[in-house]
Amino acid sequence: MGEPPSKAELFLGYAKIGLLGFGGVGPWSRHVIVEERKWLSERDYAEVLGLGQILPGPNVGNASVMIGRRFHGLSGSLVATAGLYVGPLAILIMLSILYELYGTRPGVAPFMQGVAAAAAGMVMGTAIKMGQNLRPPPELIVVGLLAVVGAAFLRLPLPLIVVILAPLGVYLSLRRSWMRAP
Amino acid sequence: MILLLQILLAFGTLSLLAIGGANAVLPEMHRLVVEVHGWMDDATFSQLFALAQAAPGPNILAASVMGWHIAGPSGMAMATIGMLLPAAILAFTMQGLTHRLRGNTWLKPAQFGLVPLAVGLIAGSGVIMAQAAGTDWLSFAIIAVSTVFVWRTKYSPLWVLAGGGALGLLLL
Repeated sequence: MGEPPSKAELFLGYAKIGLLGFGGVGPWSRHVIVEERKWLSERDYAEVLGLGQILPGPNVGNASVMIGRRFHGLSGSLVATAGLYVGPLAILIMLSILYELYGTRPGVAPFMQGVAAAAAGMVMGTAIKMGQNLRPPPELIVVGLLAVVGAAFLRLPLPLIVVILAPLGVYLSLRRSWMRAP
Repeated sequence: MILLLQILLAFGTLSLLAIGGANAVLPEMHRLVVEVHGWMDDATFSQLFALAQAAPGPNILAASVMGWHIAGPSGMAMATIGMLLPAAILAFTMQGLTHRLRGNTWLKPAQFGLVPLAVGLIAGSGVIMAQAAGTDWLSFAIIAVSTVFVWRTKYSPLWVLAGGGALGLLLL
């Protein structure tokens, strides 16, 4: 674990996450916070993300509020969240203007298709890596696999998946800790 | 002025429904902006969503792009504030709650119980993205190489994104 980040470091770290987050910010958030800057351990980060997942809103955005508050209170939440959104918003303003001016151009579509394929692999690779580092017990691996099946193959609404699997995961995890230390 | 308030209200409602982020709330977003308010047609809706996905940053910022389309810069501001603020206040409260409960021995295992859900849903969105992006042998190869690269190495994922884009430009 590294030093706790200053407010400026929180802002810059989150600005990097936002600006590099092509195809979703999830993998970048973990890469910067756990691997590159070592603000949180893999487990701490996954716990914050899990909490962010059961709340409404993007889980990385929720995590920025919670991680910011953990290190610097309300101002920490504000700088982390501002860092996350300020760069992408500036780019989206430019894209909105370009979109109205130019529409579609040749060469853009194949490039974007290659990026989209790489982004899909990036997200799956991140999930495998987290699962490997966290070493959950077998019954929690089953809960994780159920989430994959429900979201990707059955295409169930996400609130439904969360309502079923969140209590199940919490119960199984608590049961294991009670069995270990009654 | 009334339009701006409507935008704020519509996206503020969506904010509290968005358990699981942008993809989870997409159907309801479509219902509100296309069917209920008639702010844009179907084709514009999907193009704007794709535009937001092509840009960096959380995909929830699709709301900002739509706000811009509906009412220019102030529309973007209203949609963004509406989409982000309610959820952020909830997350802030939740962090305070877990901080206050941190002495309890059950908190850590209870929180760890949410971890498989978080990781499983990341994997699930990866699979959904792969289903959409995997159109031919080349894109499947890019997906596979990128998965293994990110899984097995600590190098920045930017390398595979750039590589994937370059391959797409040359070969697709």
